[in-house]
Amino acid sequence: MNPENYLYLSALLFTIGASGVLLRRNAIVVFMCIELMLNAANLAFVTFARMTQSFDGQVIAFFTMVVAAAEVVVGLAIIMTIFRSRRSASVDDADLLKR
Amino acid sequence: MNAELTASLLWLVPALPLAGAAILLLGGRATDRWGHLLATTTAVASFLVGAAMFVGMASRSADDRGVSDILFSWVPVGELQVDFGFRLDQLSMCFVLLITGVGALIHVYSIGYMAHDPARRRFFAYLNLFLAAMLVLVLADNYLGLYLGWEGVGLASYLLIGFWQHKPSAATAAKKAFVVNRVGDIGLAVALMIMFATFGSVSFAAVFDGAPQVGESTLTALGFMLLLAACGKSAQVPLQSWLGDAMEGPTPVSALIHAATMVTAGVYLIVRSGPVFDLAPGARVGVVVVGAVTLLFGAVIGCAKDDIKKALAASTMSQIGYMVLAAGLGPAGYAFAILHLLTHGFFKAGLFLGAGSVMHGMDDETDMRRFGGLRTVMPITFATFGVGYLAIIGVPPFAGFYSKDHIIEAAFGEGGAKGLILGGAALLGAGITAFYMTRVMLLTFFGEKRWHDGTDAPAPHPHESPRVMTVPMILIAIGSVASGALLAIGGTLEHWLAPVVGEHTPHHVLPVWAMTLIILAVVAVGVGVAYRQYATRPVPVTAPEDVSLLTVAARRDLYGDTVNEELLMRPGRRVTAGLVAVESDGVDGLTGGVGTAIARMSRRIRGWQNGYVRSYALSMFAGTAVVLALVMAVNVL
Repeated sequence: MNPENYLYLSALLFTIGASGVLLRRNAIVVFMCIELMLNAANLAFVTFARMTQSFDGQVIAFFTMVVAAAEVVVGLAIIMTIFRSRRSASVDDADLLKR
Repeated sequence: MNAELTASLLWLVPALPLAGAAILLLGGRATDRWGHLLATTTAVASFLVGAAMFVGMASRSADDRGVSDILFSWVPVGELQVDFGFRLDQLSMCFVLLITGVGALIHVYSIGYMAHDPARRRFFAYLNLFLAAMLVLVLADNYLGLYLGWEGVGLASYLLIGFWQHKPSAATAAKKAFVVNRVGDIGLAVALMIMFATFGSVSFAAVFDGAPQVGESTLTALGFMLLLAACGKSAQVPLQSWLGDAMEGPTPVSALIHAATMVTAGVYLIVRSGPVFDLAPGARVGVVVVGAVTLLFGAVIGCAKDDIKKALAASTMSQIGYMVLAAGLGPAGYAFAILHLLTHGFFKAGLFLGAGSVMHGMDDETDMRRFGGLRTVMPITFATFGVGYLAIIGVPPFAGFYSKDHIIEAAFGEGGAKGLILGGAALLGAGITAFYMTRVMLLTFFGEKRWHDGTDAPAPHPHESPRVMTVPMILIAIGSVASGALLAIGGTLEHWLAPVVGEHTPHHVLPVWAMTLIILAVVAVGVGVAYRQYATRPVPVTAPEDVSLLTVAARRDLYGDTVNEELLMRPGRRVTAGLVAVESDGVDGLTGGVGTAIARMSRRIRGWQNGYVRSYALSMFAGTAVVLALVMAVNVL
């Protein structure tokens, strides 16, 4: 199969993720969209690795996964805390710094 | 005292009064009770040291009379090496004796004069400081040391003229003296710079040795700068305006400024810098013009003043004009300038101390129109003042006769039109001097008693001053009688000064006896006119209004202050007003404008920070997209 198709898929997933981050208000959904963007990037890396016959892209994909895992831990903890104190998971409500 | 001992003790002469000033100023109230005695003691001790040195110097041969002592290396900077050194030669010896001698007598007099002043200690501290600064000035062996003394004299005069600083007029007069002196000081500062640039040194020896190898234009510039300095300190036209106002100080200060210190500094500077002026004829012409103009200027002002101290101040200006004129004549006149300076030191001190004594007895009245008939109630003051009067108008055998005649003769001796103009001015000045001094004498001591005419104030009870004041007056009067004959007959002072200022054989236009007769005749005319005016007619207690234009001008110091105001003060104010406008509208406007613009812009930009995460994310995406697009565009191209 033509590896370019993977790249098209990757671009599509990234766009869906980016639109989600920009358009949705629910913090959990925004968070999932970020994961989607990261995985789209991973897919692109792996595809390029396959196309160039090198391991570099695959190695970077592993790094991305590690970062994503760490990010999930911290991000979910923050969202949990905000939800507990404000009873809302909307990103628009968390604007204390502006006040 | 031999040469080595003199050299090793030289520092003591200025250090004694300086120590007195330091103790009195730092000691504060604790020294109130005995401060005046300490200050007088240091002045007298300084005089005794100076006198011992004089005896030692006179006993040595003329060639090794000069003594030098280097105290420490003062300014060791690169090419400029200045040592703090003193040099006592025949010229500075004259000054040391005059400054400490007359200065010490004025100290003694002040004990009585300032007896009831609550700040007497401070007064004596400043007097001591004045002496110390003046001694540094005349003893320094380089121009930088001279400059130190010069500025010290300026400071001390400022402090003393404004001594009664609760009087606004005294504070203003002090400020005026300081500012006008500063103009002259600039001249000395520039002269120092010229010396360093030209000779690489500021010591007398290096400058005078190097002078013949330097172009005339440099020396002329140097001479004019030194002349400017001398004009400031010696109150010569055009920097004369401070002297009259300086009368706001206590009278002993006036005596000190006018006789022993301060105004003589300019004459000293010119005579000391003789080797420079000798090689710069242009600068010398400047000096004689300043001297001749000032001697007439001061004399004319003196005729119209009703304030006894201001009349004497104008006369100082005129007499210093004589000295500057003589100094400008070169080797022909240096010795006579110093001769007149020394005799003037005596008789002017005597006149001022006498004026102070009169004021002391007349409840600080200074208007001569309210004096009159004081000779019977103040016999000692009358006698000493009278001796000073006879000396200043030049009646033989009093001191002024010798010194002034010599200057007039030397001026005529220049020859040609120059000699006639200078000599004529000096001769005319002698006549006017006789007029205004006779006027002072007649108004104060003769005629009707006008002490409280036309006022309701209680009548003053004039009385003779205490002995602590009269004794110095008597001693100074003796000096006014004897100093002229002692120094002039046989050319004693000329021979004494010859190793420093050079020899000169006088050139007589007329035989000496004829010249003397002419001068005495002119003086007699002056006295006669004054006698007719003020002794044979009643003197009104208020100054008459219907007087000639010249009198009106002279009462206002020949418009000296007006000229300063029109030429310097008004344009200066306009310049400052312009600068303030540039500053507030231009500089402030620029900085303020930048601030306002940034504030306005920030208010706009602040709207972008709306607090919504998604809008921040959008800007991040947009930014990333733009950067990526640029990178790709660059790669493709």
